[in-house]
Amino acid sequence: MGERFRAALRPAVVVGLVGGVMALLLSLVGMVNAFAGRPIITGVLSMGHTLLFLTALVTGMIAARRVLHASRGAGRPVALPGAALAGLASGFPLAVLVLVGQVVNLRAVLQNANPVLYGLLTFGRDPGAGLPQLVLAGALVGSLGGALTLLPGRVSQAVVAGLGTMLLTGLFAELLQGILWDLGVPAATTRLFMVQKGLTVAGALVTGAAGALVQAVWASQTPKVRRRLDALPPERRRRVNVALAAVGLAIVLWLPQVLGSFLSYVLVLVGLYVLMGLGLNLEVGWAGLLDLGFVAFFAIGAYTLAILTSPETGWLALTFWQALPVAVLVALIAGVILGVPVLGIRGDYLAIATLGFGEIVRLLVGSDWLRPLTGGSQGIAHIPRPVLGNIALIGPQQIYYLVVAGCIIVWFVATRLRNSRLGRAWMAMREDEDVAQAMGINLVQTKLLAYGLGAGFAGVAGAIFAAMIGSVFPHSFQLIISINVLALIIVGGMGSIPGVFVGALFLVAMPELLREFTEYRLFMYGGLLIAMMLLRPQGLWPEPTVRLELAESEEPEVPARVTAATSPGQGD
Amino acid sequence: MRKWMLLAALLVVAALLVSACAQRQPAGEAPPPAPQVTDDIGVLKIGPGEPVRLAYALVVAGPDETLGIDSRRGIEVAIDDMGGKLLGHPIELVGEDEGCNPEGGQAAALKLAADSRIVAVIGTNCSSAARAGVPTLSKAGFTIISPSNTAPFLTAPDRGPDFDGYFRTAHNDKVQGAVAAQFAYKFLGLRRAATIHDGSPYAESLQQVFADEFRRLGGTVTNQEAVGPEDTEMRPVLTRIAANKPEIIYYPIFIAAGANITSQARTVSGLENTVLMGADGMFSPDFVDAAGSAAEGMYLSSPDFEAFGAAYSDFLAKHQKKYGEKPLSAFHAHAYDAAMIIFKAIEKVAVQGPDGTLYIGRKALRDAVAATGNHAGLTGNLNCDPYGDCSDPKIAVYQVKVGEWPPKKVWSPE
Amino acid sequence: MPGIRVARRITGTDVAIWVTGAVLITIVVVGSVSTLASGRYTVRHWVDFLVAGLANGSVYALIALGYTLVYGILRMINFAHGEVFMSGAFTSYFLARSLEQSGMLNARPVVSILLLMALSMATSTTVAVLLERVAYRPLRRAPRLVPLITAIGASFFLQYTFRGLYGSGVRGYPQPAILDGEWGVGAMRILREQVLVIIAAALMMVLLYRFVQRTRTGKAMRAVAEDKEVAALMGIDVDRVIVITFAVGAMMAGVAGVLYALMFGQVRFFMGFLPGIKAFTAAVLGGIGNVPGAMLGGIFLGLVESVGPTLFLDGLGIPAPNQLKDAIAFSMLVLVLIFRPTGILGERLAGKKA
Repeated sequence: MGERFRAALRPAVVVGLVGGVMALLLSLVGMVNAFAGRPIITGVLSMGHTLLFLTALVTGMIAARRVLHASRGAGRPVALPGAALAGLASGFPLAVLVLVGQVVNLRAVLQNANPVLYGLLTFGRDPGAGLPQLVLAGALVGSLGGALTLLPGRVSQAVVAGLGTMLLTGLFAELLQGILWDLGVPAATTRLFMVQKGLTVAGALVTGAAGALVQAVWASQTPKVRRRLDALPPERRRRVNVALAAVGLAIVLWLPQVLGSFLSYVLVLVGLYVLMGLGLNLEVGWAGLLDLGFVAFFAIGAYTLAILTSPETGWLALTFWQALPVAVLVALIAGVILGVPVLGIRGDYLAIATLGFGEIVRLLVGSDWLRPLTGGSQGIAHIPRPVLGNIALIGPQQIYYLVVAGCIIVWFVATRLRNSRLGRAWMAMREDEDVAQAMGINLVQTKLLAYGLGAGFAGVAGAIFAAMIGSVFPHSFQLIISINVLALIIVGGMGSIPGVFVGALFLVAMPELLREFTEYRLFMYGGLLIAMMLLRPQGLWPEPTVRLELAESEEPEVPARVTAATSPGQGD
Repeated sequence: MRKWMLLAALLVVAALLVSACAQRQPAGEAPPPAPQVTDDIGVLKIGPGEPVRLAYALVVAGPDETLGIDSRRGIEVAIDDMGGKLLGHPIELVGEDEGCNPEGGQAAALKLAADSRIVAVIGTNCSSAARAGVPTLSKAGFTIISPSNTAPFLTAPDRGPDFDGYFRTAHNDKVQGAVAAQFAYKFLGLRRAATIHDGSPYAESLQQVFADEFRRLGGTVTNQEAVGPEDTEMRPVLTRIAANKPEIIYYPIFIAAGANITSQARTVSGLENTVLMGADGMFSPDFVDAAGSAAEGMYLSSPDFEAFGAAYSDFLAKHQKKYGEKPLSAFHAHAYDAAMIIFKAIEKVAVQGPDGTLYIGRKALRDAVAATGNHAGLTGNLNCDPYGDCSDPKIAVYQVKVGEWPPKKVWSPE
Repeated sequence: MPGIRVARRITGTDVAIWVTGAVLITIVVVGSVSTLASGRYTVRHWVDFLVAGLANGSVYALIALGYTLVYGILRMINFAHGEVFMSGAFTSYFLARSLEQSGMLNARPVVSILLLMALSMATSTTVAVLLERVAYRPLRRAPRLVPLITAIGASFFLQYTFRGLYGSGVRGYPQPAILDGEWGVGAMRILREQVLVIIAAALMMVLLYRFVQRTRTGKAMRAVAEDKEVAALMGIDVDRVIVITFAVGAMMAGVAGVLYALMFGQVRFFMGFLPGIKAFTAAVLGGIGNVPGAMLGGIFLGLVESVGPTLFLDGLGIPAPNQLKDAIAFSMLVLVLIFRPTGILGERLAGKKA
């Protein structure tokens, strides 16, 4: 009996130590320190500690699952102690750090191993009293995580939703207060729940409960609603869809009024990335042409608009609306021009060739050579704002509508393309070029159209971007934009149009909202990309056919996982 | 079915109505002006015990982050020097990354502008970010002081109302570039110069000012070259320059690329004895550390620290204690001064209520900053002009000696 | 399948591609001729360009080996390889500093440099093996682009991890005095550090080549590269071979990291990104998956970056051509790929979906 339990608990310790190393990493890169000043619940819980607790929580959850899994159900009685054990173990690396730090000056190498961190890890006490507390807190949170795993699905989902809501409202308390103020909620009411940054204790309880409640209701009602919808005759169902779309559109149009200019700006950025994402999706997702230099067309759209409209360049000084079609056309042509030399190149060779194209464009627009045209390092400023009738689209709250219109048009074009002859040709080409050619598809034309149209979409985004910012500099068109666009279509689900929207929300809006945590933005972005790909390799909203293909290919994984979980020497 | 349609229609109408109402409400700027303080663009009220909120918009993430982190540390040391308090209120520093590009500048500005409790903003680092971000910050009523924008147009007389409330403690490129050219031509008596920039607006404009001034004085500019900010192999570009036999190479760029040029220049045939000169972007012990022995004897232009040596070495000591390392870049002192100017100005204009509430007139604060005169800062004796230039335009040229920091001043104009 | 390619008639595509190629070649030739005709640069200058390019290219080649090995086996672009390179170099900085302070660096330079390389290799290997275990192994069956995105994520994650651990500033890497100075024969001049870099790189590459060609493990690697499933059936532990591949690539990167730091005298968390991309380019130029190709590609790229701006663009009157060196490098890449779509030494992948 004891032997069996010990065998069941071994994975828990391993998971716990891995979690502890993660916590150690978070501490040593300075996140715990940096976030310590940021309250979630004012006076009770800081974000720095939240970070550590979350690590312990997740550790506990995984440990409980592993324990259950490892002993095929027999581990159920020890799952909770296992989770607690894992939480306990996750505190050890931190404790070791503090103890070592008392003796050795780690700061000579690790800049964040400083007394401030030690103070946070020991809750401001001396190590003798603080460290046991740290380890015990780990055990407590770990067992909470274990309990979440063991509880029935609905309950644990509701708890997770409640905790999540609480954390998010705490995190974005400042932004929310601004929104509530604009909505006419009196400051006195808001004050009950939120103070400056962070929630009050009452606020934490209310938001947590609200989140849990919504999740519970949602989980119980959704299947019913869906069943009723499915029962409707097709014609009425279509009407329901139209009505829902109308409501959705109304909300979309209303958003900037309530969100204020910063959040509107974030949405504009999301919109611009959606435009680019739809374009790249067409190249990568449908036609199967990998492109790591998509920023080139964004840059070309932006620069063309800038050159044509800004009085600084002394060219034509057109209006936005006159220059927009030209910018799109130039981007489109650039797409075709890029397409020609790489026609014969496939797969990963294409990745680096296109990456090169993006870099070439950025270097050229910033070069001293093209300075008379593009302004070189100094860029082009004084790009006039778009004027619609008598309204100048000055701030992000107005540009937003331009972006929404652009997105709707491009989305419409994209869906039509997808089901057209051309769209099917692209997908055939993606599956197998040689077969597609044998079936009579003109590869040259099809490929060039993919590059050209994709580039055109990016050109729209670039032109709007230039008009919104009012100036263009070569520095704005770095490789990271190409990477981000590619990442968002994969994270969203390759080839899927709604996936582009979801991906953009995740990879553009989130980092922008977390702008406050500046130094750790890219750290979190990187971690997020890895985690998402590991958890959902098919993307957040995959295309139906891809969903099928993946389901098939995943099958042989199952036995592999079982052997991995049962083999004893698993700690390597 | 009808019900659904009706519901949808109702929602649309409701949404439009609410949005109409929402628009009528004044955005942001909440507190009703206290009876005794009025101001053209608003009064900031800070309740008893609430912090004075200072914001930064600096480039604190990404490849250019040393610039922004360096400036932010300057601000943090300034806050420490105030004891963390101003008129009995704690000082709170919040901030955003401006990314050293216009969209980053705009995003940071919009996010900061949404917070009406901010009294002033220190930033931006990069002129491109300022160009896109400052108008938004200015409209929000903030006072803005940049520690490192050097592009001339930001404080040009025709900069327009978009830049109201914008100041800088960094010196205009026009001053520094010209001083460097005069030093090379008049003091060193050199007649052939080459320049290198790294594609940043800062370096490009500085070397252009240098080249123009050098030509005006009668010298010849043999090359105006450029490299990338992340380039490491500089021998090819240096070999090109060597072919035209300049007597001095002026490269007003940043630490990483600057150190590479310095250490490699000595190994290129024809450049063994050429004079090397950089600017304040490289004025840092890190630069000398990275460039190694090759930096010996080269010149750097920088603000004239001589008269303020004691205050500055004091600052360096505090910095070392707080962060465990030397300053990362060149504008920490400018940021320190920017913060101090704001604190002094707030002390001047803030009206304190009986319960400790602070009332700060936003326009009054701008005026107070604009009236800054004889402020003894780390970077010199600061006086603000009507268009926002607060820097002490006294630039000096220093000669680097390895193992000694700060280097010795060798020349200053007049 | 290659039959299709051979039998194909000449289409509009071919014409368009060849015209593009011809335009690029014309620019290169016209630029070169007018630069050379102007006589602004002497033989000595050209030799300097070549030597600098060779040294820089050797480092690219060493990093490129890691890309190529992993690609050859997994058909996966390990975008984070530049960070593997950085991790070793950055970590070894702390050892270098204490060696310098204790006087060891100048007293026993050879031992010191070997120690630095050992530490750098160990760090890089650890990072690479962890990376493989955590981020890549679970995705081996996922669609091709998924591991690419993970690798990109890992690249940022590692960059900012090391930034958080060691700080964001530029650190001056101590230089042993023995590397100062130069050797010269006539117009030929070469710096000692360049000699070290070129020789060390060449040595490592030869060792690697022999390892892959001669040893049992090397053969297993090649077998896995050919066909994973068949290799597994032949009793090869595929997982182990993949881990070894990552480790070997990382060791090359670790050595490259120290060489790079010795040559340029500074380290920083961002130092891996650009060389990483360059090395990837080099690997593709040479034919990705091909070990000698990576060496050739690296050196070619180093030379193009060094000689190209002046040779091709100076004569055309383009100002500040070195700013455009990456643009030239990528144009050369496209030019090579136009005529050899799978790189200089690449296998013909006509039928395979690369």
